[in-house]
Amino acid sequence: MLSRQAAMRDAYGEALLELGATDPNVVVVGADTTGSLKSGVFATKFPERFFNVGIAEQNLVSIAAGLALAGKVVYAGTYAIFVPGKSVDQIRNNIAYPNLNVKIVCSHGGISVGPDGASHQQVEDIAIMRCIPRMKVVVPADSVSTKSTIGAIASIPGPFYVRLTRPSTPIVYDSGFEYKLGRANLLREGSDVAIFACGIMVPEALKASESLKALGVSASVVDLHTIKPIDSDLIVECAKRCGRVVTAEEHNVMGGMGSAVAEVLGEKAPTPMKRVGVMDTFGESGEAGELLKKYGLTSANIEQAASSLVQGH
Amino acid sequence: MMETAQEVVRLKELARSTRKHILESLAEAGSGHPGGSLSAVELLVTLYFHVMHYDPKNPTWAERDRFFLSKGHAAPLLYSILAQAGYFPVEELMTLRKMGSRLQGHPSMGIPGVEAPAGSEGIGLSLGVGMALAAKLDRKTFRTYVMMGDGEQQEGQIWEAAMAASKYRLDNLTAIIDRNGIQQDGLTEQIMPIEPLAAKWRAFNWNVIEVDGYEFTQIMDGFDLAASTRNRPTVIIAHTVKGKGISFMEWSPHYHGTAPSKDKLSDVLSELEL
Repeated sequence: MLSRQAAMRDAYGEALLELGATDPNVVVVGADTTGSLKSGVFATKFPERFFNVGIAEQNLVSIAAGLALAGKVVYAGTYAIFVPGKSVDQIRNNIAYPNLNVKIVCSHGGISVGPDGASHQQVEDIAIMRCIPRMKVVVPADSVSTKSTIGAIASIPGPFYVRLTRPSTPIVYDSGFEYKLGRANLLREGSDVAIFACGIMVPEALKASESLKALGVSASVVDLHTIKPIDSDLIVECAKRCGRVVTAEEHNVMGGMGSAVAEVLGEKAPTPMKRVGVMDTFGESGEAGELLKKYGLTSANIEQAASSLVQGH
Repeated sequence: MMETAQEVVRLKELARSTRKHILESLAEAGSGHPGGSLSAVELLVTLYFHVMHYDPKNPTWAERDRFFLSKGHAAPLLYSILAQAGYFPVEELMTLRKMGSRLQGHPSMGIPGVEAPAGSEGIGLSLGVGMALAAKLDRKTFRTYVMMGDGEQQEGQIWEAAMAASKYRLDNLTAIIDRNGIQQDGLTEQIMPIEPLAAKWRAFNWNVIEVDGYEFTQIMDGFDLAASTRNRPTVIIAHTVKGKGISFMEWSPHYHGTAPSKDKLSDVLSELEL
């Protein structure tokens, strides 16, 4: 586990090709980033069901809505900085309000976008999307779960936001993954601290659990891939068993997955917790690894947060 | 010729009753947008009672023509048309904007005949583009109509949609612009000029037709020409009057978003010679 790496975007393209072959109702809409997103491979097999609207993210979202109104299952997306960044109104009023079957899949979430810098590093999207009624929000942990998720949500009615990552990432699910809406995955069962992670922080959480074990700390690790609807039962169960909670996300600590976990625990099982994430700041240019280290998004940061909770700090 | 004359008489009567329903429902609601509802009455009457194919008993009939109201604040107009077309009882118009009513302040799903929510300006044409693309893909022959305001021509997304419709040669898409010249804060040409409007649309490779928004024969001819135009989408720029039909509302930015008061309603309706 974690020794092999693969790109979520490649998995997205593969999943779209499979969907295209099995469901003639599936269409794909892009906005000049379809080569990068790998959604463009859909056009090689199904050119008549592929629409590139150019650099026009608002139009992208609303055209997707129009296609969905005609009964299509629509996969639409670009880089996360542009959707939802430039098109919140269209997402809210054209897709979520009428509960349309549009799956918004965006790559380049988070700070690991790297050298492009802060203008392209989307660390607010989970917050933006999860407060829109009817929107479901998924942040897959690796390419295997990405492929499963993209395929599975085609048959779950209504809007989704799926956030992918630019760099290749470690494979978490060597032995396979089956997407279930609202059901998080308990990857490690421990008793001292529960670590909830999403996206590229899942492999980091697994690494942290290993180093914590060496320190005599038993950690649960949960892949909280679906942030909305959130798996409250598993969160409460793990929190009660461990008595301490750490969340880890490649997103602003405000409004993201950690906030969502805090909302659940605050009402159902108040538990001491620490959030690992971007500390309400903008990123900068740099290689992904350098940035993740500088902005506190590594297994070491998760380990530190867990240790300090165990020590009662 | 005789047939056309009779048709115009029929449509004129429907325009009168539509204005009555708009004003009555707005007065009952106590808020809402009369100006841009009254300006586009003849356009929508022509579309729904002369041009479009639909079945109010089967609102989701797959072959129906689609209409999207992009200028969602003209909801009282759309609702009055849909009620008269048989989608829901005319009496229901008096629940406009009230708690528990289906008739939300701006169009929403769940109202029979309404294809999509509206209210945020500038985004309806893109919905029409998506629908028209799907129709082409599925080899369907239905047509898609989108009514826009002139103020919302200031929204950038309209021009994104305009480009896309040309790219995909959407001759099954017809846009209508209610060119009444007035937006909430005043005259469009003072707030943010949109002229030369026809030249802009021509430059985006659209077939542009200009009509007097109250001359039924011109409006009918416009829709005929749009339907027979190949490889290009059509925009009908209809020259209209904000608040049309009610003297004190005409040309008035104030009545963009101010409902007539209940105690003045009978005076207002008398202007319609009902």
